[in-house]
Amino acid sequence: MTAESHFLAFDPAQDFKLLFLAFVLPLVGYVIQISVGKRLPRQGDWLLTSGLFATASITVLMFAKSLWAAYHGLEFRHHSGDEAGLWFHWFYSSDELANGVANVSAAIFYDPLGAAMLMVVGVVSFCVHLFSIGYMHGTPRYHIFFANISLFTFAMLGLVLSDNLLFLFIFWELMGLMSYLLIGHFSHDPSSGYFHKWATKACKKAFLTTRVGDTCLLVGMVIFFWKFETFRFTELWRLSIEEIARHQSMHPGEYPLWMTVGGLFIFGGTIGKSAQFPLHIWLPDAMAGPTPVSAMIHAATMVAAGVFLLGRCYPMFTPDVLDVIAAVGTITAIFAATIGTTAYDLKAVLAWSTISQLGFMVAAIGLGGVVAGLFHMVTHAFFKACLFLSAGSVIHGCHHEQDMRNMGGVRKHMPITFACMLASTIAIAGIPFFSGFYSKDMIILRAWENILGGKFTGASFFAAVGLPLAAACTAFYMFRMIFMTFSDSYRPGTVESNFAHHAGGHDDHGHDEHGHAAHGHDHHGHDDHGHAGHGHADHGHAHHEHGHAAPAHAHAASAHGHEAHGHDAHGHDSHGEHATPHESPLPMVVALCILAFLGVFGGHFWLADPLHSLKFWEHAHTWFETSVSFQSLYGAQIGDQLAAAVAVDEHAAHLAHIVALSVSLTVASLGILVAWLIYGRGWERSQRVAGQITHSIHALYEVVKGKYFVDEALGTAIVVDMKRKDEPRYEPDASVIGASMHVANLLGWIDRNVVDATVNLVGRIGMSLGKGSATFDRVVIDGAVNGVGLFTQTFGSVVRLFQSGRVQQYATFAVFGGLALAAWLILL
Amino acid sequence: MGLGAYIAVSAALFALGIVAILVRRNVLYVLMGIEMILNAANINFVAFNRFNHAAGSQSNLDGRMFAIFVIILAAAEAAVALAIVLNVFHLFNSVKPAEADLLRE
Repeated sequence: MTAESHFLAFDPAQDFKLLFLAFVLPLVGYVIQISVGKRLPRQGDWLLTSGLFATASITVLMFAKSLWAAYHGLEFRHHSGDEAGLWFHWFYSSDELANGVANVSAAIFYDPLGAAMLMVVGVVSFCVHLFSIGYMHGTPRYHIFFANISLFTFAMLGLVLSDNLLFLFIFWELMGLMSYLLIGHFSHDPSSGYFHKWATKACKKAFLTTRVGDTCLLVGMVIFFWKFETFRFTELWRLSIEEIARHQSMHPGEYPLWMTVGGLFIFGGTIGKSAQFPLHIWLPDAMAGPTPVSAMIHAATMVAAGVFLLGRCYPMFTPDVLDVIAAVGTITAIFAATIGTTAYDLKAVLAWSTISQLGFMVAAIGLGGVVAGLFHMVTHAFFKACLFLSAGSVIHGCHHEQDMRNMGGVRKHMPITFACMLASTIAIAGIPFFSGFYSKDMIILRAWENILGGKFTGASFFAAVGLPLAAACTAFYMFRMIFMTFSDSYRPGTVESNFAHHAGGHDDHGHDEHGHAAHGHDHHGHDDHGHAGHGHADHGHAHHEHGHAAPAHAHAASAHGHEAHGHDAHGHDSHGEHATPHESPLPMVVALCILAFLGVFGGHFWLADPLHSLKFWEHAHTWFETSVSFQSLYGAQIGDQLAAAVAVDEHAAHLAHIVALSVSLTVASLGILVAWLIYGRGWERSQRVAGQITHSIHALYEVVKGKYFVDEALGTAIVVDMKRKDEPRYEPDASVIGASMHVANLLGWIDRNVVDATVNLVGRIGMSLGKGSATFDRVVIDGAVNGVGLFTQTFGSVVRLFQSGRVQQYATFAVFGGLALAAWLILL
Repeated sequence: MGLGAYIAVSAALFALGIVAILVRRNVLYVLMGIEMILNAANINFVAFNRFNHAAGSQSNLDGRMFAIFVIILAAAEAAVALAIVLNVFHLFNSVKPAEADLLRE
């Protein structure tokens, strides 16, 4: 069978149509769902999920084609416009300008990176849809939720398939909108209690914060367009490389300043979207959205878009920009990892973990390891989606409790969820043979290669030290989460939490009264955490007297799966708030298992030889690298140049391998060990130990716990204190976001009072002129016409009196007329 | 007696004729009014002829001839008018001019 006729060979005539179908299906689903979804059986969830299944199948098939091509050493870069004539012409002026600036056309661009990303988006989105069937079951606006995540998927697919920066930006913005709608999903649902208020603020925060980054991206985009007069990636890459070469021939060792500025602006877009320091602040608050949305945002869409953008624009970045990218990524990685160690909210741990892992990816790209960074993005997408969905499953099983201190022992009740979550945790922590290990090790390897290969820069040194540190923290907080959630025994109501009232939201007024006042820890919400081990008994059960009603009944209900106890009506009350956790319904579990499988083996897909993967110390040459490399991403010519720029000699590479491997193994095991020492040996004990540690580094702990007060510095703090029940406080004040809001207010004022006023004035003038004209028309023109008629009528009616038909009368008139005439002739 | 007296009689006769035409309810009187007007004109003709001649011009019978014509014309007119009156009486069963108002149509 020849290469051309093999069923896995890419066929432009058909496969672009398939890709387009995969891309459009979610949009079609959205339109159907938004218009008639409410009236469909089951509110249309099956429709969208099966549509997404088709999309996922197509993307997987296409991905297999890309791997097949890589395996046979074929180039896999396809452009629908060039190969199949499938163009979408947006602006198309005239023939003379057929190749001119004024034409904006888009087409599908499908390369190994696109293939990998598309597959991730398709599969993860499908799993999220499947999971949502169980998780969102019976909540208000169920059909809207499905419509929105479907459109979210559509936006990300479009972003991945776009062949130019402009359309990427359009889908980028669409994604911003969808994240706003989805994070704010609960803001329309007063029965979600605590989330109702939080989501309202959080979606605004997410939208506004990413908007800062989006504006940067737009500026960067325009800078490049201004110089190169094209949006197409392939053109941009070629022109960028040429521009750098031209500039270097004149000024050796220097890079065009405008490219550095433009590159930094484009990176600004990534900072916003991929939640890099300092615009990461929106992401933890994005937890206000439903858990499937978090999985979506953190794995397949949104944050991946920023990293994807970096991958797409890599040849356009000068080394200066790359250094900044590496530094920002490393800062983010460490910074978020440390905060993750202090979080108690199950989802918050994962949120900080995502930010940290995004830092890894961004740093990797900054260090020249595009392949490593994108590889990590792909593997991360699977295990992070799995982690989030598992967390969702746990939260669902624990009746919408999110505080890990109120969990514990869930392993016994939710074995499948536990297995999935554990597998993903091992993957993210970086244990060999699990996907996360390969990608993370590759990033650390990249940093060490730079140092040992003589390409020493401050940023790469910082990354080489900082990233392992972050990796250690990652291993620590992930296992801390596992131990707190799953080991020991179930301990509901250990601390007061906002989340428990999500399900039974109508009775939370009762708790408010004896919430803080009784125990007086109002404003020291976490101050006393250190001693919390002793203090639980006295404030733990204040409001849970009714919580243990009929546990036996609850157990029976949970054994029969989810539908049995009527989640529809938020019916958790029927078996008490703290009944035993239960395993989630089938769709959720299936979705979990798919993702866990991919999370574990995601790294192996890329390995040329499954046995080869066992020799993990020689894993560098993987399928991923064969499939996704500088050459395959940016074309042979550009790719060679880029690869040469980061290449190191063999000796250094070998040394770096050993160093990176030992470092990543050490930090992972260290992190896990510490986590076990503190949290792995019983709850009481862990509280005591943790209390002592936090007590001894009290000030530092407070700073980390306070998320380094970046929120406060940027002026957008949504203060969410786990022990307080009042609404999250949204405090825009001074500095960046605050200032931007003031500017926005000012601009809004100008808009209202100057621009609008002018427009209104013109409108009013036009209106009065119109009124005048109308009056003239009515009074003068109509008046004249009517007047003539009226006059004629009146005259006629008067004259008619004279025509009586009486001869004598006529004669009288004649006589008197003659007399009058005579009088006139005589007298005058 | 000067010309003024003749003209005064003529004018009075004319005025009476006019009044008769305008106010009499019976069409016969109206006809009489018309005759009176014609005769007022005749008096004028004759009077002016007489006094023009007296002023020293050559003998001229124009005015008198006109008067004779007018008398003939009046006789013809009276015949026609009486015929009309008869027809009107036939048509309206009345000789009152106020009731014969078909001209209005």
